[in-house]
Amino acid sequence: MKVKYVAFALAAFLGALVAGDWLPRVVPVAADSASVSVSGVVKFQGAVLPPTKIDMSTDPNCMKAHPSPGTTEDVVVGANGVLEDAVVYVSGGLEGHAFTPPAEPVVLEQKGCTYKPHVIALQANQKLNVVNGDSTTHNIHPSPANNREWNMTQPPGVPLEESFAREEIAIPVKCNIHPWMRGYVAVFKHPFFAVTGKDGSFELKNLPAGNYTVTVWHGKLGTQSQQVTVAAGQPAKLDFVFKQ
Amino acid sequence: MRVITMRVITKRVIAETGAVAALMLFASLMGVAQQSHIGNLVGNAKSGKALYQRYCIFCHGANGDGNGDSAPYIDPKPRDFTKATYKCRSTPSGSLPLDSDLYDTITRGVHASGMPSWRPLLRQERADLVAYVKSFSSRFQEEPAVAAVSLPPQTPTSPESVKRGGELFRSMNCWLCHGNDGRGNGPSASSLTDSKGYALKPFDLSSGTTLKCGDSDQGILRDLITGLDGTPMPSFSSALKPDQMWDLVHYLATLREAAKHHTAVAAVEPKSE
Repeated sequence: MKVKYVAFALAAFLGALVAGDWLPRVVPVAADSASVSVSGVVKFQGAVLPPTKIDMSTDPNCMKAHPSPGTTEDVVVGANGVLEDAVVYVSGGLEGHAFTPPAEPVVLEQKGCTYKPHVIALQANQKLNVVNGDSTTHNIHPSPANNREWNMTQPPGVPLEESFAREEIAIPVKCNIHPWMRGYVAVFKHPFFAVTGKDGSFELKNLPAGNYTVTVWHGKLGTQSQQVTVAAGQPAKLDFVFKQ
Repeated sequence: MRVITMRVITKRVIAETGAVAALMLFASLMGVAQQSHIGNLVGNAKSGKALYQRYCIFCHGANGDGNGDSAPYIDPKPRDFTKATYKCRSTPSGSLPLDSDLYDTITRGVHASGMPSWRPLLRQERADLVAYVKSFSSRFQEEPAVAAVSLPPQTPTSPESVKRGGELFRSMNCWLCHGNDGRGNGPSASSLTDSKGYALKPFDLSSGTTLKCGDSDQGILRDLITGLDGTPMPSFSSALKPDQMWDLVHYLATLREAAKHHTAVAAVEPKSE
């Protein structure tokens, strides 16, 4: 009998632990005058392999979109070694906070049989608006490890709205019809992330004062992290360099 | 002081009640996950486990991850139940299957794969297996059940419908994987993999052999609506209108009929020697 009670107590304890995660612990972080931004530049040092030309000859519609052949976007480095398509985000220091996703969708376009942009980032449960700007049919097929794996055909001009429920950095996205099409979707449970553009710069806006871990992720180059202390009213600067 | 104490006590009571309620919910969810419901049948995972270890373990593995002893010799690879990603479903792309979908797959088998039909097992045994297979993934506890897609009523086939279906076969880029004649030899065919990275051939639609998830017109239409999750075959649910889907089904039937015709002719032709 006693063993049964102990077993029940243990089960109850474990159950409560699991249940604890279900109880809301929402501590909203509001943008106020004390909020500051963390900004900087992501760079790449080393020899960059030239982009590979893509053979799109299987689909004449894709060929037409590229008078000169399209090229891969695995590592895109601009002037002064600035790195495009790197995702910079807060990876530590926000524990205990919960964030509702913004109402406006993030747009991922299929254009010239490539993904524009190559890397996008959005919040969990934020709408992802997939657009087919080509004159050919695509299928958009994410390969998540921690989210639903959907796979939708999208003819030209047909709208498609999807979302991802859980944080995942980052989900590879492909088109099986056009196997050269590759992109990434990074999903966050908070709004403090940015994808570097042509100038390699990023800005994480409206962070409350505190100690954070900031991480940069790149599809081919991996991840790096730095600690940063953000004081009220004092924007912080942070740079990352991938060396190879 | 007194008010504060009361508040603390009230808070504690609420927290404890909440924890107990959550525990009961958790326990009931666990209970549900250990069962399957197919019509009047209620499958039990405990009974299913014994059957699984007797019939399924060699391919699908003790952990349900598709890495059984026979797995290296099987193409396509046995299903990894820990992912809960299933080809043959009646639910939208990316959704969990219904219990009846898993039951149907066990009963029917997956054609053109190593998965045989388990119809010789009792209906109750198959239901028990469904319950046990579900227990390999927590998704069945975490995600709400999704309703089956509705199948639009069948339109009659006609030369016009077949012609429209053939045009859709081109414009929807089916041919880039399945090939111009549906032989599975399109220009993108060699690049295809399943979601675990294993090479996968597009189905040879001209072969006349039974399709993976069954052969009825409704079954093929359902495949077009749901897609075959975990493979490159996408869902056309937002891409095509219902009558267009039927046009495509009617066209696919002609590819299959052509194959049957060729076989029949070959069988009666006298040998030339």
